[in-house]
This record gives sequence, structure tokens and C-alpha cells, in this order.
Amino acid sequence: MKTIYLLSEISRQDSAVFGGKAIAVRRMHEEGFRVPATVCISVEAYKRFVRESGLQEKIQLELHRKQFSDMRWEEIWDGALRIRNMFLRSIIPEPLSREISETVAKQFTDTPVVVRSSAPEEDAAASSFAGLHESFVNIRGIGSILEHVKLVWASLWSDRALLYRQELGLDIAQSAMAVVVQELVSGEVSGVTFSVSPTDVAQGVVEAVYGLNQGLVDGAVEPDRWLLHRKEHTIKEHIGPKREKFMAPGGGGVILKDLPPDKMIKPPLNAEEVITIYGKAKKLENIFGKPQDVEWTKIVSDFFILQSRPVTARQDDDADDKRGWYLSLHRSHENLKKLRIKIENEHIPAMISRAAELAATDLLLLPDTELAGEIETRRAIKEKWTGVYWEDFIPFAHGMRLFGKIYNDIVNPEDPFEFVELLAHAPLMSLKRNAALQKIGAHVKQNPALQQSLAAGDHEKIIDAEFNRLMAEFSSKYGDPFCGTYSDNTCAESRKGLVSVIMQMADSSTLEERKQHSAGRDKKGLERMFFEKFKKGDNRAQAEDLLDLARASYRLRDDDNILLGRIEEQYVLALQEGRNRLKRNNIDAVEQLPENEVVRCLRDPQYRPCLRESKELSPEQESRQMKARQLLGQPAGPGIGRGRARIIRNPGDLALFRKGEVLVCDAVDPNMTFVVPLAAGVVERRGGMLIHGAIIAREYGIACVTGVADATKLIHGGDEVTVDGYLGIVTVGQGNRDLPLNGVAT
Amino acid sequence: MLNEEKLKQEIATLLSDQKLAVLSTQSAGGFAYASLIAFAASEDLQTIVLATPKATRKFANIKNNPRVSLLIDNRSNQEKDFHDAKAVTVMGVAQELAVGGPGRDLVPLYLEKHPYLDTFLRSPTTAFIRVAVQRYYLVSRFQEVMELHIQNENDLSVI
Repeated sequence: MKTIYLLSEISRQDSAVFGGKAIAVRRMHEEGFRVPATVCISVEAYKRFVRESGLQEKIQLELHRKQFSDMRWEEIWDGALRIRNMFLRSIIPEPLSREISETVAKQFTDTPVVVRSSAPEEDAAASSFAGLHESFVNIRGIGSILEHVKLVWASLWSDRALLYRQELGLDIAQSAMAVVVQELVSGEVSGVTFSVSPTDVAQGVVEAVYGLNQGLVDGAVEPDRWLLHRKEHTIKEHIGPKREKFMAPGGGGVILKDLPPDKMIKPPLNAEEVITIYGKAKKLENIFGKPQDVEWTKIVSDFFILQSRPVTARQDDDADDKRGWYLSLHRSHENLKKLRIKIENEHIPAMISRAAELAATDLLLLPDTELAGEIETRRAIKEKWTGVYWEDFIPFAHGMRLFGKIYNDIVNPEDPFEFVELLAHAPLMSLKRNAALQKIGAHVKQNPALQQSLAAGDHEKIIDAEFNRLMAEFSSKYGDPFCGTYSDNTCAESRKGLVSVIMQMADSSTLEERKQHSAGRDKKGLERMFFEKFKKGDNRAQAEDLLDLARASYRLRDDDNILLGRIEEQYVLALQEGRNRLKRNNIDAVEQLPENEVVRCLRDPQYRPCLRESKELSPEQESRQMKARQLLGQPAGPGIGRGRARIIRNPGDLALFRKGEVLVCDAVDPNMTFVVPLAAGVVERRGGMLIHGAIIAREYGIACVTGVADATKLIHGGDEVTVDGYLGIVTVGQGNRDLPLNGVAT
Repeated sequence: MLNEEKLKQEIATLLSDQKLAVLSTQSAGGFAYASLIAFAASEDLQTIVLATPKATRKFANIKNNPRVSLLIDNRSNQEKDFHDAKAVTVMGVAQELAVGGPGRDLVPLYLEKHPYLDTFLRSPTTAFIRVAVQRYYLVSRFQEVMELHIQNENDLSVI
């Protein structure tokens, strides 16, 4: 069956075969609009490709590793990256690639093209989800065009499309993707026109930028904006931004350039042109019978229509629907660069000085009422920074993902997460913290007398000056990792916990052993290989820039949590001091009192909180009949480890951690990663390849499986557990003793 | 009439049509242990290959006792299975084929049939296993059973 067609060969009825975008281009051409030269690749090509390469079942396997509704966005993103890699690494079967190449080569002899998705669903209700699939601009040469056709096919399974899988009617067995390949029409001005504004039905909108549309679409270039009276067809208002940049074709894509001074002061369209392009959008609305969102570019006085699709406001009214927020995490390189400056120059210094400032207040000296105020102030500070964390720190983590995609496009590695190796560059704060603990451990090891008194539990009365100095230095730099995290409200006993971990470190040369495991990987070689793929000039500089950004994103993702932990610690210390005073005033069960009750008691010495029944949950009746044997998660840290499970439910449990155990928890908080080097393996309920637990486990070369649903319920403390970080499986119960651990022969 | 060639042909067809087999191993305690598993068979019927994560019971069992049995059938969970379904019981001896060792040339045989399992197969924690077949028992028409003995040079043991 033929798979590639000229625009003139397709008919209006074929939207299931060529997708909504192709059919719209065909229709506009018929109606006399100027459209770029276009060829259409039917869904049949996609179907043949996935069938013949075995991809069909691979996609199914990937997306059925877990109940879809249980997957977090991070896991969906990871899965989409793996699928994308499968497409990149599969070769288009010879007859199919020849068929596509011949037609494409005939139509576009050495001219740059745009490779666009044309999903069959797009002209149904799902058209409002435009932008869920990918398009690529300025692609040259048949080899590169075929590679980008594969990427457009793969974007049928992009994280964005998967988030909206229900609305799109995505079905692994049935869904397919059509593609249009179009001549790149590179006008001096481009833009988007809405025949009806998505926010006001009485208005229309014209947006325009110098250069290509991509700058406008991904937010890197602020457009000029005109609001029009829909009925009268006249301009109501013009909003001109500070014009600084424009997007131009460059290298194998687009690059952002500085606008020449004469254009900075001149809007990209004059009033007459605004009316002309708005008129075209209105005409398209009449043709398609629905308000249209029209992308165009202008050469001299001619408007080329690049695409037209229905305007529909996305319905994200449901407050529980966080998908819009997740979509917003996809940021452009430019956007992330701005975010980095904000984080490094503003947020981090502010967090450090804020934590230090709070620590300088001697809580013991505050009268009760002032302490009450201090608790509230510190809570407000903690909340403010938690807000910043969601607003800026988490989106910045997308820097890693952006780099990962580009690395995979360029290097085409067997392991889609190979790029993570390049990200560990400067030591993470939590690794430095672990090294500091190890240093204390080494000191303890050299002093048997000290070791004995610590083992005897006399840690309060230690007279060893060097030990006390190291401990003081540690807590001034890193705070108390047992305190203030994981919703635990007490810092008591925390020093004892820390000493217990230090004793474990003293007990062995754990970190040295770990280092050897991870030393075998050739990071320098990978980096060289990556850069060699870029020729000198713009592209190379851009790649270096991106890697630098990704490394900052990786490092800050860890550091920001530790800094946030230090602010939280200050809040918990104040609350704890409040509780201590109430205890001295003979108020019962102060540990269970919520913050507002503690504050009220401090302010009003007469007030006695009424004690509610403590909601101690009785431990669930353990089933004797059912037990988990093998659990599936994500292979987040390669290696294999076996040991007894230690379930971490609160920070206090960390103090019980013994070397060689398997860490099983809901989520590895960066503030608790100090036990990771002691662990034989890490199992986490929260899923993802780029989350803290996985990052730290990889750094130490420890087997790690994340995204194991109900891990802390299905695995019991003391169970023998085998963590297979290559396959992402956790085997509970007696394992195979012949199995070499850490992938190294025993 | 069924002759040896036809019997071989029938078995070969069943083995190539089916993607999954039931593998039976024996636990250290002497219990039979059945698992559903992807397999591929060589054209000459001498060899069946399969793969398993190394932390599994079936792998521990094979290490403990390499004599295994497989069941491959084409039932469709319909009444007609009673007259129509065919099943072949295989007996043989399993051996792990280490990376870089002999027998790894069988990998393409497995991946050609199950291309979607390449990541799984490549994992250092996955064991690739050859079963040197000694005997087939083909069951059809409800109760007709035919035996096929295989002279196998890879057979390291005597059943």
C-alpha cells in the first residue's frame, strides 16, 4: 500500500489516513490560500514501521509496567523517553524508507523543510490539545528528514500526549500518526491569528514576531499583540513589547538572534497588514465552520498560511487536574537560563542567609509569647520557600530532561538514560555531606576508646575534642539531617541517630568501596563523544551551554532540597522548644499537639488543650495467605543488591539502618540520603529515573528500583530482598545465592 | 498416516506458532514448579531457548536440577479444544549460556521471535538458557500421544 502522497492526491475525506493538519492544508490550497509545498505520509507508514520493527509490543510492554493511573508525570516522561529512544534506534524497513525518500527527494531538492505531526485525532474534539505532538523546523537532507519522521511518530507517545490519553482516545493497539513534510517558508515576519480570542468572544487576536514562529510558540520571543473588534473588523488595541530577539533557521534547527536596532522600534506589522491577516483568519473560520487558530509567515507582502486549526479553550477547570501545570514544566532553553539566574543569584543566597539568620536567634531566651510569634513567623517562612520550590525549583529540573532529549537525538545511545552520567560534575551537597560524615567515621575508627564510649551510648559526654569539633562543624554546615524533614515533628534523639550512622560508617570503608563501583564509568569519554557530534560554531557553543545548564539543574535539584530542609529544621526547632516549655508546665501529650495549639498555650498560660483520642493506627493485620514475591518498578540505578529490608517510615527509622540492608521507603528525601552509601540497594515507592534516590544511588553505583507501588506495605522489615536495578524488579524472599552482586562476579 | 517426518513437522509448526510455554522445574524440596515463559525452538528441534531473571525461583531450581519439562499448546479456551487442541510436552536438560561463552549464537533465534524482549535479554541479570531436548510427546485428538526421541549432542546428562 502506498504511504506517501502529494497534496493534490489526497481528499477531504481522508482525515483518518492523513490527519487533521494535512487535510486542512489541502483545503486551504483548494480555497486559494498560499500554503507551503507539502507531502503527506499516511498512518499506514507508521503502522508498517511499528509492526515490522517489533515496536508495537515494545510500546505495550513499556506502558504496561504499571497501572497507568498510578504513574506520576515523571514516570510518564521517563516512559515517553524510552519509547522515543526505541523509535530512534529502530531502522525504517528498506522498502518503506525508499518509498518515502523518493517522493521527498523529488519535492524538496536540497531545500530545508518542516516535519510536522498530523494526528488523525486532531480534527476531533481533541484538536484543543494542539502542541501535544512534535514538529521540527529547518531539517535538511533525506537522512535527517527520515530521522525526524521517526521522532514525529514517537511523539504519538510523548509525555504530553500520554497525560491527555483519554481525551485523545490514545490506544496502543489502534492509534497511529500521520506526518506532513513541508517546505520551510522563512518569512521576515511570522505570527499567530485567532479569529476569536480564546478569552473574549467579541474579539480577535493577531500576534506577530520578527523571524520564525518558533520564538513565539515556545515563549522565547515576546510578540506584538493586536486585539480586534470581531464585528467591525477594526483594531481595538495594540500591545507592543520590548523587542529584543528573533528566531532564525540555524544549524539543524532554529536559533535565537539579536534584533537589529531599526526593528526594535518598529512593530512587525502595520495596521493594514494586521487587518489583512485577520481577514484571512475570518475567511478560514467560514471555510472550516469553526473559529480558527492560524499560523502564518509573511514574505514581502504575501501571507503564507502554515497551519489552521480550531480554537478551543483547554478545560483545566478542575482544581485536582494538575496536568496543565505539568505541561508548563516543558520550558525552552532560554526560559531555563533565566530561571537559573534567578535561582542561583536570588533564591539560594536568600535561603542560606535566612536559615543562618533564624539559627542566630537563641530560642531559649525568648519569652513564651515571643516564642509563639517566632513559631508562626518560621512557619510562614517555611511555606514561602516551599512555594518557591514548586514555582521555580521543580520547573528548573526540566533542564536535565531537555538535555537528555537532545543527547539522545545526537548520540542515539542504547541506554536512554546514559546522559545522566554526564550530569554529575560538581559534587552534590548531599555527597559532600556524606563525605563529612565519613570523615567523622574515620576519626572514630582510629580511636577505640571513643568508639567504645559512643557504642555505650554516652554520646552526650564525649570529651574527644576533635570529635566534638567535627560534629559542630558538620551541624553548622549541613544542619541536622534527622530534624525537620519527612513530617516528623521532633528533633529529640536526633544526635543519637546521627552517631549511630557514623558508627556504621566507622565500621567499614563503605564509601571507598562504593567509589570503586562507580569509578569504572568513562564520563569523560561520553562527554567527548557528545561534543564531537557537533561541528564548531553556533551549534557547539549551544551544546556546551545546554550541558552546563543541565548540570546546574541536576546539582540544584539536590542542593535546593537540603537548603529547604535547613529552613524547615529551624521551624521544627522553634516548635520543639515550645513543646518543651509546655511539658514543663505539665501539659500532657505535647508531642501530639498541632502547631496552633502549641502557639495558643504559649500565649495563654490558662488555656488547656483538649486532648483528642490519638489516632494511632493499629498495624494492619498481616495476611498469611498473600505475599509479594516479585515487584516491578523502574530500573533507576543499574546493579544488583541483596540484603534484609529496612522499611523507613520516619526519620527515626534511619538511625536503625545497618550496613548491607536494603533501604525501602516511600520517597528518598535528599535529607535522608546519608544512609544510601550504607545500603545494598534502594527501593522506592515514588517513581522516576531522575529523582533524588535514583541520582544518589547512581552516584554510588548502588542498585535502585523506583516506582514500586505499595513498596513499604508489600515488603516487610527483615525480608530478604534482591534489588535488580537493570530490570527494575525487586524479589522478596530468599534469593539465589549464586547471583553475583553489583554486577561483579563474586 | 503419521510418519516421523510428519510428526516432526507438526511439532515444529506448533513450536513456531506459539510464543509462550509452561516451564516445569523442580524445587530443592522436590516439588514441581510451573512457570509461563517466552521461548524459541531451533528448526531441527534439538534446542529450545528461554530467558529468565536470575533472582527467580525457576532459575534457582534449574541451577539445583537442570532436568526440566515444557508444555506448549494451541488451546483457545473453547469446547472444541477437546478435539482440536494440540499440546507437546518436552523433556530436556537446561544449561545457562553465559555472555561470551559458547551457545550465544542462539540469541538471534530468541530475538527473532521476541524482538520486544531485547532489553530484557541484554540485562546482566537475565540468564539465557538452552534446553537440550531429549524427547517430545505430542498430544492431539484428546488422547492420542506420539513420542519423538531426539539424539542430542548437547545433552549433558541422562534422564
